[in-house]
Amino acid sequence: MYHIISIRDFERSDLDYLLDRAREFDTGGYRPRMLEDKLAALLFFEPSTRTRMSFATAMARLGGRWISVDSVEASSIVKGETLADTIRVLSGYADAIVLRHPKEGAARLASEFATVPVINAGDGAGQHPSQTLLDLYTIRQSMPIDGISVGLLGDLRYGRTAHSLALALSLYGVTLHTIAPGGLEMPANITLELRERGTEVIEHADVEEVIRDLDVLYVTRIQRERFPDSASYYNVASSYRITPDLLTGVKEHMMILHPLPRAGEIDPAVDRTPHARYFEQARNGVPVRMALLHEVMK
Amino acid sequence: MSRKDPSGGLLVSPIRNGTVIDHITAGEALNVLRILGITGSTRECLSIATNVESKRLGKKDIVKIENRELCKEEVDRIALIAPQAKINIIRDYQVVEKKGVKIPKVLKGVVRCPNPGCITNTSEPVESTFEVLEKGLHCLYCDWLIKDDIANYII
Ligand SMILES: Nc1ncnc2c1ncn2[C@@H]1O[C@H](COP(=O)(O)OP(=O)(O)OP(=O)(O)O)[C@@H](O)[C@H]1O
Ligand SMILES: [Mg+2]
Ligand SMILES: [Zn+2]
Repeated sequence: MYHIISIRDFERSDLDYLLDRAREFDTGGYRPRMLEDKLAALLFFEPSTRTRMSFATAMARLGGRWISVDSVEASSIVKGETLADTIRVLSGYADAIVLRHPKEGAARLASEFATVPVINAGDGAGQHPSQTLLDLYTIRQSMPIDGISVGLLGDLRYGRTAHSLALALSLYGVTLHTIAPGGLEMPANITLELRERGTEVIEHADVEEVIRDLDVLYVTRIQRERFPDSASYYNVASSYRITPDLLTGVKEHMMILHPLPRAGEIDPAVDRTPHARYFEQARNGVPVRMALLHEVMK
Repeated sequence: MSRKDPSGGLLVSPIRNGTVIDHITAGEALNVLRILGITGSTRECLSIATNVESKRLGKKDIVKIENRELCKEEVDRIALIAPQAKINIIRDYQVVEKKGVKIPKVLKGVVRCPNPGCITNTSEPVESTFEVLEKGLHCLYCDWLIKDDIANYII
């Protein structure tokens, strides 16, 4: 059985294969009712409109059906029940389980109790592999991933999307530039792991010193909760904000990505520049999730 | 039998049957007992010597447990904090078996994950699981890495 739990479980050839499949779904190279007789359970213990809706959309586009439990319902349905039991029960209803859970490792645990495939749709500060795949997909739409320079900007300490993207990119020989406010730097183990995988990781104090060298700038959300007071938050947030001015002299093809929703990290005026690719990135969630759902249930 | 004086050179009285864990890193004897699940309330007859002179280690700790022969799984857990330890199985006052310790590749239910957000720190029916890497212990659920003070996390 094929589970999709962590980007660490994938080799480069697995990622390339899934990206190729997503491309086929994106360009209409599929039968409309490929998952006609299939049912996916979307089990969300944490609010996430976007991820949940894009899995539902992906299922519907493949002619499949889905049952969905959101965070409020989830907490009442499973009152006092372990995740392990919930998963065993849902395995009897659905052909695949898509799980979002606040605890790290929840998806791994679910895969051990499930008798149907499990797709991790985010586990706490841990992994969110479908997000990473759609990030890679968006990059690959415009350029080959090999050897490019990628800037990771924002909260690199708690931002799980940045961690798993960095790990995935390390399979493509990229150079990583990290730009994070004090206290929100990439955790030392992740940097170590990236370097062990042969990736060059360069830390920068501000984005301006590196932005002209980048092919991709991946911006993540800086959350107000991470700061002692709103003054220090605004201070940091404003100095990490991407504005049109900052983009003078960048490479023509340089793309700005963001997992969304954004807070104030990107000035809306940037949306009108050709560098802004975050809405396209969000849209790519559908073909990527079609590929994943089809892969685990075919 | 082969020993002229069974108490010769022994800091504590000899045991008839049981296990002697020798060459424990000095100061780690109590942690070794914790790993073995031996607490103040267990029944085993125990003797512990800490910081005794040793030719090989400078100083070492020794633990002797009467009437209990340690199995391989228990022994290997000790390797985490005392990689030089030697396990001597004693029967009828004689050392009948001597083995080193080997760090297992995967530790199940031995070490608690320090990450409060880890699924293994909930009421789920799951044992903590760490893979043993050169740089530390890696939680297979949440990817946390324990680099030092492993003894603090032993369950
Ligand atoms: N009957 C016994 N009761 C208690 N302790 C014992 C008994 N027999 C041996 N020991 C202890 O067990 C350990 C191993 O005994 P052994 O006779 O093999 O010593 P050794 O030759 O010094 O071994 P090593 O090379 O492992 O240090 C020593 O610490 C010894 O004091
Ligand atoms: Mg000796
Ligand atoms: Zn853990």
